[in-house]
Amino acid sequence: MLHLILFLFFGAVCVAGAVNLLVQSHPINSALSLIAVMAALAGEYLLLGAEFVAAVQVIVYAGAIMVLFVITIMLLNAGKEERTKGSRVAILLGVPGLLIGAVLVAWTLLFRSNTTMVAIGAEPGSPKAIARLLFHDFLLPFEVTSVLILIAIMGAVVLASRPEAVAKTAGERSETTPELVGAGRNRG
Amino acid sequence: MSITAFIIISLIKSVAVVFVLLTAVAYSVWLERKVSAHIQNRWGPTRVGPFGLLQPLADGVKFIFKEDLTQPYVYKPLYIAAPIIAVVFAISSIAVIPFGTWVTVGPWGTTFMQITDLNIGLLVVLGITSMGVYGVALAGWASNSKYSLLGGLRASAQMISYEVSLGLSLVGVLIMSGSLSLREIVDAQGGRFWGFIPRWNIFHGQTIAFFIYLISAYAETNRTPFDLPEAESELVAGYHTEYSAMKFAMFFMAEYANMVTVACLATLLFLGGWHGPIFGPPILQALMPVFWFCLKVFFFMFLYVWVRWTLPRFRYDQLMAFGWKVLLPLAVANIVVTALIVALRAQYPGFLSFL
Repeated sequence: MLHLILFLFFGAVCVAGAVNLLVQSHPINSALSLIAVMAALAGEYLLLGAEFVAAVQVIVYAGAIMVLFVITIMLLNAGKEERTKGSRVAILLGVPGLLIGAVLVAWTLLFRSNTTMVAIGAEPGSPKAIARLLFHDFLLPFEVTSVLILIAIMGAVVLASRPEAVAKTAGERSETTPELVGAGRNRG
Repeated sequence: MSITAFIIISLIKSVAVVFVLLTAVAYSVWLERKVSAHIQNRWGPTRVGPFGLLQPLADGVKFIFKEDLTQPYVYKPLYIAAPIIAVVFAISSIAVIPFGTWVTVGPWGTTFMQITDLNIGLLVVLGITSMGVYGVALAGWASNSKYSLLGGLRASAQMISYEVSLGLSLVGVLIMSGSLSLREIVDAQGGRFWGFIPRWNIFHGQTIAFFIYLISAYAETNRTPFDLPEAESELVAGYHTEYSAMKFAMFFMAEYANMVTVACLATLLFLGGWHGPIFGPPILQALMPVFWFCLKVFFFMFLYVWVRWTLPRFRYDQLMAFGWKVLLPLAVANIVVTALIVALRAQYPGFLSFL
Protein backbone atom coordinates (compact mmCIF):
# COMPACT_ATOMS: atom_id res chain seq x y z
CA MET A 1 0.00 0.00 0.00
CA LEU A 2 2.73 2.42 1.00
CA HIS A 3 4.62 1.27 -2.07
CA LEU A 4 1.72 2.19 -4.35
CA ILE A 5 1.25 5.61 -2.71
CA LEU A 6 4.96 6.40 -3.06
CA PHE A 7 4.99 5.13 -6.65
CA LEU A 8 2.05 7.36 -7.58
CA PHE A 9 3.63 10.30 -5.74
CA PHE A 10 6.92 10.01 -7.61
CA GLY A 11 5.02 9.54 -10.87
CA ALA A 12 3.05 12.72 -10.20
CA VAL A 13 6.28 14.61 -9.43
CA CYS A 14 7.74 13.32 -12.69
CA VAL A 15 4.80 14.49 -14.79
CA ALA A 16 4.55 17.83 -12.96
CA GLY A 17 8.29 18.43 -13.49
CA ALA A 18 8.02 17.57 -17.18
CA VAL A 19 5.07 19.94 -17.67
CA ASN A 20 6.88 22.67 -15.74
CA LEU A 21 9.93 22.13 -17.96
CA LEU A 22 7.83 23.10 -21.00
CA VAL A 23 5.88 25.91 -19.36
CA GLN A 24 8.79 27.83 -17.78
CA SER A 25 10.18 30.62 -19.90
CA HIS A 26 13.57 30.83 -18.19
CA PRO A 27 16.13 28.17 -19.27
CA ILE A 28 17.51 27.68 -15.75
CA ASN A 29 14.05 26.92 -14.35
CA SER A 30 13.53 24.38 -17.11
CA ALA A 31 16.88 22.76 -16.30
CA LEU A 32 15.94 22.57 -12.61
CA SER A 33 12.59 20.94 -13.47
CA LEU A 34 14.49 18.36 -15.50
CA ILE A 35 16.61 17.63 -12.41
CA ALA A 36 13.41 17.12 -10.41
CA VAL A 37 12.13 14.70 -13.08
CA MET A 38 15.36 12.71 -12.91
CA ALA A 39 15.38 12.58 -9.12
CA ALA A 40 11.75 11.38 -9.12
CA LEU A 41 12.64 8.73 -11.72
CA ALA A 42 15.38 7.52 -9.38
CA GLY A 43 12.71 7.16 -6.69
CA GLU A 44 10.60 5.05 -9.09
CA TYR A 45 13.58 2.79 -9.85
CA LEU A 46 14.21 2.37 -6.15
CA LEU A 47 10.59 1.34 -5.58
CA LEU A 48 10.89 -1.22 -8.38
CA GLY A 49 13.85 -2.84 -6.62
CA ALA A 50 16.50 -1.48 -9.01
CA GLU A 51 18.61 0.22 -6.36
CA PHE A 52 21.82 0.34 -8.40
CA VAL A 53 20.09 1.95 -11.38
CA ALA A 54 18.48 4.46 -9.02
CA ALA A 55 21.85 5.46 -7.53
CA VAL A 56 23.47 5.73 -10.96
CA GLN A 57 20.52 7.79 -12.20
CA VAL A 58 21.15 10.34 -9.44
CA ILE A 59 24.96 10.32 -9.67
CA VAL A 60 25.27 10.41 -13.47
CA TYR A 61 22.17 12.20 -14.74
CA ALA A 62 21.11 14.51 -11.90
CA GLY A 63 24.59 15.02 -10.47
CA ALA A 64 26.88 15.23 -13.51
CA ILE A 65 25.10 15.70 -16.83
CA MET A 66 22.60 18.25 -15.51
CA VAL A 67 25.43 20.17 -13.82
CA LEU A 68 26.96 20.59 -17.28
CA PHE A 69 23.57 21.84 -18.57
CA VAL A 70 23.36 24.36 -15.74
CA ILE A 71 26.97 25.49 -16.30
CA THR A 72 26.26 25.98 -19.99
CA ILE A 73 23.19 28.08 -19.24
CA MET A 74 25.20 30.12 -16.72
CA LEU A 75 28.10 30.61 -19.14
CA LEU A 76 25.92 31.65 -22.08
CA ASN A 77 23.99 33.89 -19.70
CA ALA A 78 20.78 32.79 -21.42
CA GLY A 79 17.94 35.15 -20.56
CA LYS A 80 14.18 34.80 -20.52
CA GLU A 81 12.69 33.33 -23.66
CA GLU A 82 9.92 35.21 -25.42
CA ARG A 83 6.53 33.55 -25.24
CA THR A 84 5.05 32.85 -28.65
CA LYS A 85 1.42 32.08 -29.34
CA GLY A 86 2.27 28.67 -30.74
CA SER A 87 1.01 27.29 -34.01
CA ARG A 88 -2.64 26.42 -34.46
CA VAL A 89 -1.78 23.13 -36.18
CA ALA A 90 0.05 21.95 -33.09
CA ILE A 91 -3.04 22.48 -30.94
CA LEU A 92 -5.52 21.12 -33.50
CA LEU A 93 -3.56 17.96 -34.26
CA GLY A 94 -1.34 17.62 -31.19
CA VAL A 95 -3.90 17.52 -28.38
CA PRO A 96 -6.19 14.86 -29.95
CA GLY A 97 -3.09 12.94 -31.08
CA LEU A 98 -1.70 12.95 -27.54
CA LEU A 99 -5.03 11.77 -26.11
CA ILE A 100 -5.40 8.97 -28.67
CA GLY A 101 -1.80 7.88 -28.06
CA ALA A 102 -2.27 7.80 -24.29
CA VAL A 103 -5.48 5.78 -24.58
CA LEU A 104 -3.85 3.34 -27.02
CA VAL A 105 -0.83 2.77 -24.78
CA ALA A 106 -3.01 2.30 -21.68
CA TRP A 107 -5.36 -0.08 -23.49
CA THR A 108 -2.48 -2.16 -24.89
CA LEU A 109 -0.79 -2.40 -21.52
CA LEU A 110 -3.98 -3.29 -19.69
CA PHE A 111 -5.67 -5.74 -22.04
CA ARG A 112 -3.44 -6.70 -24.96
CA SER A 113 -0.08 -7.52 -23.42
CA ASN A 114 0.73 -11.02 -22.24
CA THR A 115 3.23 -9.89 -19.62
CA THR A 116 2.97 -11.32 -16.14
CA MET A 117 3.41 -9.49 -12.86
CA VAL A 118 6.63 -10.21 -10.96
CA ALA A 119 7.39 -9.52 -7.32
CA ILE A 120 9.69 -6.64 -6.43
CA GLY A 121 13.26 -7.89 -6.26
CA ALA A 122 12.59 -10.89 -8.52
CA GLU A 123 14.47 -9.27 -11.39
CA PRO A 124 18.20 -8.50 -11.00
CA GLY A 125 18.54 -5.07 -9.37
CA SER A 126 21.35 -5.33 -6.86
CA PRO A 127 24.88 -4.22 -7.83
CA LYS A 128 26.09 -7.84 -7.73
CA ALA A 129 23.39 -9.10 -10.10
CA ILE A 130 23.99 -6.25 -12.55
CA ALA A 131 27.77 -6.75 -12.41
CA ARG A 132 27.28 -10.45 -13.22
CA LEU A 133 25.10 -9.55 -16.21
CA LEU A 134 27.49 -6.88 -17.49
CA PHE A 135 30.85 -8.56 -16.95
CA HIS A 136 29.89 -12.20 -17.37
CA ASP A 137 26.79 -12.89 -19.42
CA PHE A 138 27.00 -9.90 -21.76
CA LEU A 139 30.73 -9.13 -21.62
CA LEU A 140 31.30 -8.73 -25.37
CA PRO A 141 28.39 -6.32 -26.06
CA PHE A 142 29.44 -4.32 -23.00
CA GLU A 143 33.06 -3.99 -24.14
CA VAL A 144 32.03 -3.16 -27.71
CA THR A 145 29.73 -0.41 -26.38
CA SER A 146 32.56 1.09 -24.35
CA VAL A 147 34.81 1.17 -27.43
CA LEU A 148 31.98 2.92 -29.27
CA ILE A 149 31.75 5.56 -26.54
CA LEU A 150 35.55 5.97 -26.62
CA ILE A 151 35.35 6.68 -30.35
CA ALA A 152 32.62 9.26 -29.71
CA ILE A 153 34.78 10.97 -27.07
CA MET A 154 37.76 11.09 -29.44
CA GLY A 155 35.53 12.53 -32.15
CA ALA A 156 34.35 15.24 -29.77
CA VAL A 157 37.94 16.08 -28.79
CA VAL A 158 38.99 16.37 -32.46
CA LEU A 159 35.97 18.54 -33.31
CA ALA A 160 36.47 20.81 -30.31
CA SER A 161 40.24 21.26 -30.62
CA ARG A 162 41.61 24.42 -32.18
CA PRO A 163 42.74 24.29 -35.86
CA GLU A 164 46.44 24.76 -35.05
CA ALA A 165 46.33 21.86 -32.60
CA VAL A 166 44.86 19.62 -35.33
CA ALA A 167 47.51 20.79 -37.77
CA LYS A 168 50.19 19.96 -35.25
CA THR A 169 48.94 16.43 -34.76
CA ALA A 170 48.75 15.95 -38.52
CA GLY A 171 52.48 16.65 -38.76
CA GLU A 172 52.21 20.07 -40.43
CA ARG A 173 54.40 21.76 -37.88
CA SER A 174 55.79 24.21 -40.42
CA GLU A 175 52.44 26.04 -40.67
CA THR A 176 52.26 26.94 -36.99
CA THR A 177 54.60 29.73 -36.02
CA PRO A 178 57.08 29.08 -33.18
CA GLU A 179 55.43 31.81 -31.06
CA LEU A 180 52.08 30.04 -31.15
CA VAL A 181 53.57 26.70 -30.19
CA GLY A 182 55.47 28.34 -27.34
CA ALA A 183 52.37 30.10 -26.09
CA GLY A 184 50.42 26.86 -26.15
CA ARG A 185 53.08 25.13 -24.12
CA ASN A 186 53.12 27.88 -21.52
CA ARG A 187 49.38 27.69 -21.10
CA GLY A 188 49.60 23.88 -20.84
CA MET B 1 11.23 -5.21 16.84
CA SER B 2 7.73 -3.81 16.42
CA ILE B 3 7.02 -1.03 13.95
CA THR B 4 6.32 1.52 16.72
CA ALA B 5 9.59 0.76 18.49
CA PHE B 6 11.39 0.95 15.13
CA ILE B 7 9.93 4.38 14.36
CA ILE B 8 10.70 5.73 17.84
CA ILE B 9 14.27 4.41 17.80
CA SER B 10 14.87 5.77 14.27
CA LEU B 11 13.54 9.15 15.33
CA ILE B 12 15.79 9.26 18.41
CA LYS B 13 18.78 8.19 16.35
CA SER B 14 18.11 10.82 13.65
CA VAL B 15 17.76 13.65 16.18
CA ALA B 16 20.87 12.56 18.08
CA VAL B 17 23.00 12.21 14.94
CA VAL B 18 21.93 15.56 13.49
CA PHE B 19 22.53 17.25 16.86
CA VAL B 20 26.02 15.73 17.11
CA LEU B 21 26.79 16.65 13.50
CA LEU B 22 25.74 20.29 13.91
CA THR B 23 27.72 20.57 17.15
CA ALA B 24 30.72 19.05 15.40
CA VAL B 25 30.28 21.58 12.59
CA ALA B 26 30.18 24.48 15.05
CA TYR B 27 33.27 23.26 16.90
CA SER B 28 35.14 22.60 13.63
CA VAL B 29 34.92 26.34 13.04
CA TRP B 30 36.32 26.89 16.55
CA LEU B 31 39.09 24.34 15.84
CA GLU B 32 39.90 26.07 12.58
CA ARG B 33 40.22 29.48 14.24
CA LYS B 34 42.21 28.14 17.18
CA VAL B 35 44.66 26.03 15.14
CA SER B 36 45.16 28.73 12.52
CA ALA B 37 45.87 31.21 15.30
CA HIS B 38 48.49 28.97 16.90
CA ILE B 39 50.08 28.29 13.50
CA GLN B 40 50.40 32.07 13.07
CA ASN B 41 51.65 32.57 16.65
CA ARG B 42 48.40 34.19 17.89
CA TRP B 43 45.87 33.15 20.55
CA GLY B 44 42.65 32.90 18.55
CA PRO B 45 39.28 33.19 20.33
CA THR B 46 39.84 33.49 24.10
CA ARG B 47 37.15 35.88 25.41
CA VAL B 48 33.91 33.85 25.34
CA GLY B 49 34.15 31.00 27.83
CA PRO B 50 37.30 29.06 28.77
CA PHE B 51 39.66 28.78 25.75
CA GLY B 52 36.97 30.58 23.75
CA LEU B 53 34.87 27.41 23.84
CA LEU B 54 31.57 29.30 23.75
CA GLN B 55 32.61 31.25 20.65
CA PRO B 56 30.47 29.08 18.27
CA LEU B 57 27.37 29.97 20.34
CA ALA B 58 28.21 33.68 20.16
CA ASP B 59 28.77 33.35 16.41
CA GLY B 60 25.40 31.63 16.03
CA VAL B 61 23.59 34.39 17.92
CA LYS B 62 25.36 36.98 15.79
CA PHE B 63 24.31 35.28 12.55
CA ILE B 64 20.68 35.11 13.66
CA PHE B 65 20.44 38.77 14.66
CA LYS B 66 22.36 40.24 11.73
CA GLU B 67 20.41 42.09 9.05
CA ASP B 68 19.47 39.72 6.23
CA LEU B 69 20.14 41.70 3.05
CA THR B 70 18.54 40.66 -0.24
CA GLN B 71 19.91 42.79 -3.02
CA PRO B 72 17.35 44.11 -5.53
CA TYR B 73 19.26 42.72 -8.52
CA VAL B 74 19.26 39.03 -7.50
CA TYR B 75 17.00 36.33 -8.98
CA LYS B 76 15.03 35.86 -5.81
CA PRO B 77 13.59 32.29 -5.90
CA LEU B 78 16.95 30.67 -6.59
CA TYR B 79 18.85 33.14 -4.39
CA ILE B 80 16.81 31.90 -1.43
CA ALA B 81 16.76 28.24 -2.50
CA ALA B 82 20.53 27.93 -3.06
CA PRO B 83 21.72 27.97 0.59
CA ILE B 84 18.87 25.62 1.55
CA ILE B 85 19.88 23.15 -1.19
CA ALA B 86 23.52 23.34 -0.07
CA VAL B 87 22.83 22.71 3.61
CA VAL B 88 20.16 20.01 3.09
CA PHE B 89 22.36 17.85 0.87
CA ALA B 90 25.38 18.43 3.11
CA ILE B 91 23.58 17.24 6.24
CA SER B 92 21.46 14.40 4.79
CA SER B 93 24.38 12.21 3.71
CA ILE B 94 25.17 11.53 7.38
CA ALA B 95 22.10 9.20 7.41
CA VAL B 96 23.98 6.18 6.07
CA ILE B 97 27.28 6.67 7.96
CA PRO B 98 27.83 3.97 10.64
CA PHE B 99 29.53 5.19 13.83
CA GLY B 100 30.02 1.97 15.74
CA THR B 101 28.91 -1.61 16.16
CA TRP B 102 25.47 -1.98 17.74
CA VAL B 103 23.70 -1.22 21.01
CA THR B 104 21.01 -3.07 22.96
CA VAL B 105 17.95 -0.91 23.52
CA GLY B 106 16.18 -2.34 26.56
CA PRO B 107 13.54 -4.95 25.68
CA TRP B 108 13.27 -4.02 21.98
CA GLY B 109 16.40 -5.84 20.85
CA THR B 110 19.51 -4.36 19.27
CA THR B 111 20.01 -1.53 16.84
CA PHE B 112 22.97 -0.44 14.73
CA MET B 113 24.80 2.78 15.64
CA GLN B 114 23.73 4.31 12.35
CA ILE B 115 20.47 5.87 11.19
CA THR B 116 19.99 3.31 8.43
CA ASP B 117 22.09 0.57 6.85
CA LEU B 118 21.61 0.45 3.07
CA ASN B 119 23.23 -2.12 0.83
CA ILE B 120 24.14 0.72 -1.57
CA GLY B 121 25.24 3.06 1.25
CA LEU B 122 28.37 4.33 -0.46
CA LEU B 123 26.49 5.13 -3.68
CA VAL B 124 23.90 7.07 -1.67
CA VAL B 125 26.63 9.24 -0.14
CA LEU B 126 28.18 9.85 -3.57
CA GLY B 127 24.77 10.67 -5.06
CA ILE B 128 23.89 13.14 -2.32
CA THR B 129 27.27 14.90 -2.48
CA SER B 130 27.02 15.13 -6.26
CA MET B 131 23.67 16.91 -5.86
CA GLY B 132 25.27 19.39 -3.44
CA VAL B 133 27.00 21.10 -6.37
CA TYR B 134 23.72 22.78 -7.28
CA GLY B 135 23.67 24.86 -4.10
CA VAL B 136 26.99 26.45 -5.02
CA ALA B 137 26.32 26.76 -8.76
CA LEU B 138 22.86 28.30 -8.31
CA ALA B 139 24.10 30.68 -5.61
CA GLY B 140 26.72 31.96 -8.03
CA TRP B 141 24.23 32.40 -10.83
CA ALA B 142 21.28 33.79 -8.86
CA SER B 143 23.39 36.46 -7.11
CA ASN B 144 23.73 38.26 -10.46
CA SER B 145 27.23 39.49 -9.65
CA LYS B 146 30.39 38.74 -11.58
CA TYR B 147 32.39 37.57 -8.57
CA SER B 148 29.63 35.17 -7.53
CA LEU B 149 29.20 33.86 -11.06
CA LEU B 150 32.92 33.20 -11.49
CA GLY B 151 33.06 31.54 -8.06
CA GLY B 152 30.05 29.34 -8.85
CA LEU B 153 31.46 28.33 -12.24
CA ARG B 154 34.85 27.50 -10.75
CA ALA B 155 33.25 25.53 -7.92
CA SER B 156 31.03 23.42 -10.16
CA ALA B 157 33.78 22.74 -12.73
CA GLN B 158 36.21 21.78 -9.97
CA MET B 159 33.71 19.61 -8.12
CA ILE B 160 32.66 17.56 -11.14
CA SER B 161 36.30 17.16 -12.23
CA TYR B 162 37.51 15.84 -8.90
CA GLU B 163 34.40 13.76 -8.29
CA VAL B 164 35.64 11.43 -11.03
CA SER B 165 38.97 10.64 -9.36
CA LEU B 166 37.29 10.57 -5.95
CA GLY B 167 34.80 7.94 -7.14
CA LEU B 168 37.47 5.90 -8.92
CA SER B 169 39.77 5.91 -5.88
CA LEU B 170 37.02 4.11 -3.94
CA VAL B 171 36.66 1.30 -6.49
CA GLY B 172 39.81 -0.46 -5.23
CA VAL B 173 38.30 -0.64 -1.74
CA LEU B 174 35.03 -1.94 -3.19
CA ILE B 175 36.83 -4.68 -5.13
CA MET B 176 38.59 -5.80 -1.94
CA SER B 177 35.51 -5.82 0.28
CA GLY B 178 33.01 -6.95 -2.37
CA SER B 179 30.19 -4.80 -1.01
CA LEU B 180 28.73 -1.30 -1.23
CA SER B 181 27.38 -1.34 2.31
CA LEU B 182 29.58 0.83 4.54
CA ARG B 183 29.05 -1.53 7.47
CA GLU B 184 30.30 -4.55 5.49
CA ILE B 185 33.27 -2.55 4.19
CA VAL B 186 34.31 -1.80 7.77
CA ASP B 187 33.71 -5.38 8.89
CA ALA B 188 36.03 -6.58 6.12
CA GLN B 189 38.87 -4.56 7.69
CA GLY B 190 38.96 -6.39 11.04
CA GLY B 191 42.03 -8.34 12.21
CA ARG B 192 45.78 -7.69 12.05
CA PHE B 193 48.92 -8.48 10.07
CA TRP B 194 51.65 -10.22 12.13
CA GLY B 195 49.66 -9.44 15.25
CA PHE B 196 50.23 -5.69 15.41
CA ILE B 197 49.55 -3.87 12.10
CA PRO B 198 45.76 -3.42 11.74
CA ARG B 199 44.22 -4.80 8.54
CA TRP B 200 42.90 -1.41 7.46
CA ASN B 201 42.66 -0.76 3.75
CA ILE B 202 45.33 1.94 3.91
CA PHE B 203 47.87 -0.74 4.97
CA HIS B 204 46.23 -3.33 2.75
CA GLY B 205 47.24 -2.33 -0.77
CA GLN B 206 45.09 0.81 -0.98
CA THR B 207 47.71 3.36 0.13
CA ILE B 208 47.78 5.17 -3.22
CA ALA B 209 43.97 5.15 -3.36
CA PHE B 210 43.92 6.74 0.10
CA PHE B 211 46.07 9.67 -0.98
CA ILE B 212 44.09 10.11 -4.21
CA TYR B 213 40.92 10.17 -2.10
CA LEU B 214 42.41 12.66 0.36
CA ILE B 215 43.50 15.11 -2.36
CA SER B 216 40.20 14.82 -4.26
CA ALA B 217 38.29 15.31 -1.02
CA TYR B 218 40.08 18.61 -0.40
CA ALA B 219 39.06 19.72 -3.89
CA GLU B 220 35.48 18.46 -3.43
CA THR B 221 35.00 20.51 -0.28
CA ASN B 222 36.64 23.61 -1.81
CA ARG B 223 39.40 23.74 0.80
CA THR B 224 42.91 25.11 0.41
CA PRO B 225 44.98 24.37 -1.67
CA PHE B 226 41.94 24.04 -3.97
CA ASP B 227 39.86 26.97 -2.66
CA LEU B 228 39.72 28.73 -6.03
CA PRO B 229 35.90 29.15 -5.84
CA GLU B 230 36.24 31.56 -2.91
CA ALA B 231 39.74 32.91 -3.56
CA GLU B 232 39.58 36.13 -1.52
CA SER B 233 42.32 37.94 -3.45
CA GLU B 234 40.54 37.45 -6.77
CA LEU B 235 36.80 36.98 -6.16
CA VAL B 236 36.03 38.80 -2.86
CA ALA B 237 34.31 35.68 -1.44
CA GLY B 238 33.29 33.74 -4.53
CA TYR B 239 29.82 32.27 -4.77
CA HIS B 240 28.61 33.63 -1.39
CA THR B 241 29.73 37.23 -1.94
CA GLU B 242 26.14 38.55 -1.96
CA TYR B 243 24.93 36.53 1.03
CA SER B 244 24.68 37.76 4.60
CA ALA B 245 23.41 36.67 8.02
CA MET B 246 21.79 33.22 8.25
CA LYS B 247 21.94 32.55 4.50
CA PHE B 248 25.72 32.96 4.63
CA ALA B 249 25.82 30.81 7.76
CA MET B 250 24.03 28.04 5.83
CA PHE B 251 26.83 27.94 3.24
CA PHE B 252 29.33 27.93 6.07
CA MET B 253 27.53 25.03 7.76
CA ALA B 254 27.28 23.14 4.46
CA GLU B 255 31.02 23.47 3.89
CA TYR B 256 31.94 22.15 7.32
CA ALA B 257 29.27 19.42 7.24
CA ASN B 258 30.73 18.27 3.92
CA MET B 259 34.15 18.16 5.56
CA VAL B 260 32.78 15.96 8.35
CA THR B 261 31.11 13.61 5.84
CA VAL B 262 34.28 13.31 3.79
CA ALA B 263 36.32 12.65 6.94
CA CYS B 264 33.79 9.97 8.03
CA LEU B 265 34.03 8.27 4.63
CA ALA B 266 37.85 8.31 4.74
CA THR B 267 37.73 6.75 8.20
CA LEU B 268 35.26 4.05 7.15
CA LEU B 269 36.88 3.13 3.86
CA PHE B 270 40.59 3.40 4.58
CA LEU B 271 41.20 3.59 8.33
CA GLY B 272 39.06 0.67 9.48
CA GLY B 273 36.12 2.66 10.84
CA TRP B 274 35.52 1.84 14.50
CA HIS B 275 38.19 -0.89 14.73
CA GLY B 276 40.78 -0.32 17.43
CA PRO B 277 42.06 -1.82 20.67
CA ILE B 278 39.15 -2.55 23.04
CA PHE B 279 39.65 -3.19 26.77
CA GLY B 280 38.25 -2.34 30.20
CA PRO B 281 34.84 -2.88 31.84
CA PRO B 282 31.75 -3.74 29.69
CA ILE B 283 30.40 -0.18 29.56
CA LEU B 284 33.77 1.06 28.28
CA GLN B 285 33.95 -1.80 25.79
CA ALA B 286 30.60 -0.74 24.34
CA LEU B 287 31.75 2.86 23.93
CA MET B 288 35.30 2.24 22.67
CA PRO B 289 34.35 1.68 18.98
CA VAL B 290 32.57 5.04 18.85
CA PHE B 291 35.57 6.66 20.53
CA TRP B 292 38.00 5.25 17.92
CA PHE B 293 35.73 6.35 15.11
CA CYS B 294 35.49 9.91 16.49
CA LEU B 295 39.25 10.03 17.09
CA LYS B 296 39.96 9.13 13.45
CA VAL B 297 37.43 11.67 12.18
CA PHE B 298 39.01 14.31 14.43
CA PHE B 299 42.43 13.44 12.97
CA PHE B 300 41.10 14.18 9.49
CA MET B 301 39.47 17.45 10.59
CA PHE B 302 42.76 18.53 12.16
CA LEU B 303 44.61 17.57 8.96
CA TYR B 304 42.18 19.70 6.97
CA VAL B 305 42.93 22.77 9.09
CA TRP B 306 46.65 22.05 9.17
CA VAL B 307 46.82 21.79 5.37
CA ARG B 308 44.75 24.93 4.91
CA TRP B 309 47.14 27.10 6.91
CA THR B 310 50.28 25.51 5.48
CA LEU B 311 49.88 25.34 1.69
CA PRO B 312 49.36 28.19 -0.77
CA ARG B 313 46.60 28.13 -3.40
CA PHE B 314 46.95 26.43 -6.80
CA ARG B 315 46.53 28.29 -10.08
CA TYR B 316 43.34 27.28 -11.91
CA ASP B 317 45.08 25.58 -14.88
CA GLN B 318 47.35 23.70 -12.46
CA LEU B 319 44.26 22.50 -10.59
CA MET B 320 42.58 21.14 -13.74
CA ALA B 321 45.79 19.63 -15.15
CA PHE B 322 46.54 17.91 -11.83
CA GLY B 323 43.04 16.47 -11.56
CA TRP B 324 42.74 15.12 -15.08
CA LYS B 325 46.35 14.28 -15.98
CA VAL B 326 47.74 12.99 -12.67
CA LEU B 327 45.00 11.87 -10.28
CA LEU B 328 42.68 10.26 -12.85
CA PRO B 329 45.32 8.00 -14.51
CA LEU B 330 46.70 7.07 -11.08
CA ALA B 331 43.22 6.09 -9.87
CA VAL B 332 42.57 3.98 -12.97
CA ALA B 333 45.98 2.27 -12.63
CA ASN B 334 45.15 1.50 -8.98
CA ILE B 335 41.87 -0.15 -10.04
CA VAL B 336 43.59 -2.29 -12.68
CA VAL B 337 46.34 -3.49 -10.32
CA THR B 338 43.90 -4.20 -7.47
CA ALA B 339 41.52 -6.11 -9.76
CA LEU B 340 44.40 -8.16 -11.20
CA ILE B 341 45.72 -9.14 -7.77
CA VAL B 342 42.26 -10.02 -6.45
CA ALA B 343 41.49 -12.10 -9.57
CA LEU B 344 44.84 -13.91 -9.42
CA ARG B 345 44.33 -14.62 -5.74
CA ALA B 346 40.92 -16.13 -6.49
CA GLN B 347 42.65 -18.41 -9.03
CA TYR B 348 45.81 -19.24 -7.03
CA PRO B 349 45.02 -18.92 -3.30
CA GLY B 350 48.65 -18.37 -2.20
CA PHE B 351 49.38 -15.49 -4.63
CA LEU B 352 51.11 -12.57 -2.82
CA SER B 353 49.59 -13.78 0.43
CA PHE B 354 51.57 -11.28 2.52
CA LEU B 355 49.57 -8.36 1.07
